[in-house]
Amino acid sequence: MKKKLTSVAFNGTPEQEARLDAVIAEHKGEKGALMPILQKAQDIYGYLPIEVQRHIALGMDIPLSEVYGVATFYSQFILNPKGEYAVAVCLGTACYVKGAGLLMDKLESLIGIKNGEITADRKFSLDATRCIGACGLAPVLTVNEEVYGRLTPDMIKGILDKYN
Amino acid sequence: MENMVNIKINDKEYSVPANSTVLEAARYAGIDIPTLCYLKDINEIGACRLCLVEVKGARGLAAACVYPVNEGMEVYTNTPRIRQTRKTNLELVLSAHKKKCLTCIRSTSCELQKLCLEYGVDEDHFRGNNNEYPLDESTPFIVRDNEKCILCRRCVAACKNMQGIGVIGANDRGFDTHIAGAFERMLGETSCIGCGQCVVACPVGALYEKDDTAKVLEAIADPSKHVVICAAPSVRATIGECFDYAPGTDVEGKMVAAIKALGFDGVYDMNLTADLTIMEEATEFLGRFKEGKNLPLITSCSPGWIKYCEHYFPEFTDNLSSCKSPQQMFGAMYKTYYAQKVGLKPEDIFFVSVIPCTAKKFEVTRDHQNAAGVPDVDVAITTRELARMIKQAGIDFRALADERFDDPFGIGSGAGAIFGATGGVMEAALRTAAEVIEGKPLEKLEFEDVRGTEGIKRATYVLGGAEIKVAVVSGTANAKKLLTAIRNGEEKVDFIEIMACPGGCVNGGGQPTQPAVVRNNVDLKTLRASVLYTADRNMDLRRSHENSAVKMLYDEYFGHPGSHKAHEILHTKYVKRGLN
Repeated sequence: MKKKLTSVAFNGTPEQEARLDAVIAEHKGEKGALMPILQKAQDIYGYLPIEVQRHIALGMDIPLSEVYGVATFYSQFILNPKGEYAVAVCLGTACYVKGAGLLMDKLESLIGIKNGEITADRKFSLDATRCIGACGLAPVLTVNEEVYGRLTPDMIKGILDKYN
Repeated sequence: MENMVNIKINDKEYSVPANSTVLEAARYAGIDIPTLCYLKDINEIGACRLCLVEVKGARGLAAACVYPVNEGMEVYTNTPRIRQTRKTNLELVLSAHKKKCLTCIRSTSCELQKLCLEYGVDEDHFRGNNNEYPLDESTPFIVRDNEKCILCRRCVAACKNMQGIGVIGANDRGFDTHIAGAFERMLGETSCIGCGQCVVACPVGALYEKDDTAKVLEAIADPSKHVVICAAPSVRATIGECFDYAPGTDVEGKMVAAIKALGFDGVYDMNLTADLTIMEEATEFLGRFKEGKNLPLITSCSPGWIKYCEHYFPEFTDNLSSCKSPQQMFGAMYKTYYAQKVGLKPEDIFFVSVIPCTAKKFEVTRDHQNAAGVPDVDVAITTRELARMIKQAGIDFRALADERFDDPFGIGSGAGAIFGATGGVMEAALRTAAEVIEGKPLEKLEFEDVRGTEGIKRATYVLGGAEIKVAVVSGTANAKKLLTAIRNGEEKVDFIEIMACPGGCVNGGGQPTQPAVVRNNVDLKTLRASVLYTADRNMDLRRSHENSAVKMLYDEYFGHPGSHKAHEILHTKYVKRGLN
């Protein structure tokens, strides 16, 4: 399946670019350096849009396709920016059998974006996560650091209203 | 003496070079181990698990393509366990493969199909995810069908390692893994040069040329069209492979006969405009060399190389020869000079070229390639497409009696013939340049230093008292090396021939596909090139400037090489493209 890619405009700063350049310079010519560079780039920008990946490809003199291949192979890398409120629904086994899929459906219809997307105003982003270790509260979702447990679909609107 | 080791293959003893892999060693035992991902010198990743063998004492089965031999090793290549494992692995490959074999462009030449037949697989044993992907038809030259892709990564390796480009890669993971451009860009949105080396590397029907045969057949069926075709130098050296001739068989006469049987109004030899290219390019070189301007001069026959230069080395576009390629010169000349001469309207002429190249399909669409106000060339078809048309028409190729190209454009020199091999354009240009400068015939016509399949060749010649440094490059990864050295001031060259495909046109992306079992064991580039060098050696006419048809073109129309008229019709312009 092809990943849904963000249409939100890149808004990197010169300061961020200088930090990325320093990371690239530090690892230049080093074998296997792409992973740590991508990790640090994600620390700097929060995600890895095409502008950042192209900058890395040019800096390391490797094809962009190779950078993108690594960035999409590992789930630790994210290609789309997170919203001001990052909503994450746990789709681990326990949450899933307790109906987390229904929570996701409800969130998608209420926020108006799909899993993995961000709203145009960058307020909300929506993601599915693996088990977050709160199985006792299943099904669980988080909004940034806040955890909400033992949920049913009709509770979703109330949660979102707190952030609107 | 090479370092050898003693090993046993299927209980028989062999002495094999110590640096071989088990796959290579098995050839000494006359055994071809199947490979779907491995392709000699291009892709060596041990991923497809088809080449598995048993090595005595080893823990599991070993991938022969990457497993080195060692002294005393005992290998088994055909045990029940191996047969069962290979069969299961084939069934797993098939689980995510679109099995549209009846109408697949690679049916009967598909490496997967052949192995499935040999191993008697159950094509529906496993069912995978079968993700749906849109057909990538975004370029005029290559089509990608990811639903047929088996993820062998030969195309990725050909693009990145062999050509030094890398516009495609493996995206995502698990069942979602697929080959595409970064950020899911279609090929047409990337800096793909259209060389087609991915296509000839593909073992299945996931990559193929954009088929233009329907346009040609439609034109032939239209009585208002004057439909002619010219054949590139290397096609006669390779098209036989589509009709079960061994690689390296010259089938010029049968090819011409087959094309005539298809109903074209004229069948011409592109060797003629190869000669015309030499007249223009040698003149251009001598002019630039005298003025010391825009050197090195770099040849412009290979449209894959041109697109590569425009994307990756735009600072060298002024160094490119302004000469159109022989294909484009032919169409331009035909629709101007010849149309006027015989009273045809350019728009009624349908000009087809048959070429070893996918990038030529892009070249016909370029700007500044329409001397008569209409495209110089209407359609460029590959060697493979011509073979397909011949087969569809029911023509018994092997039974045909040889025929000759049509007058007045059926004359090509030996210098034109060798254009199809790396070094051929340089040698042809040197023959003419040397005789023009020295004002007397060369004692020896062969320029051996620029022959052969090495990626970068260098030579220095003294012509008219001046030292001229030349280089011949094939494969864009090699072009990258040389141009980088020139850019950094580490190397100085006056004249460079660059072909996008390793080995030149004989190994072009539009040539007949050959399975790994052939490509791993036979030097296709050398075999195919030998056809052209043999043809050159056996000809009386071996110098472009002695071609009577070329002389006629200058006498009746162009005046002299490099004339204003020649520039209007036979030369072109380039652009600087971005990197995507």
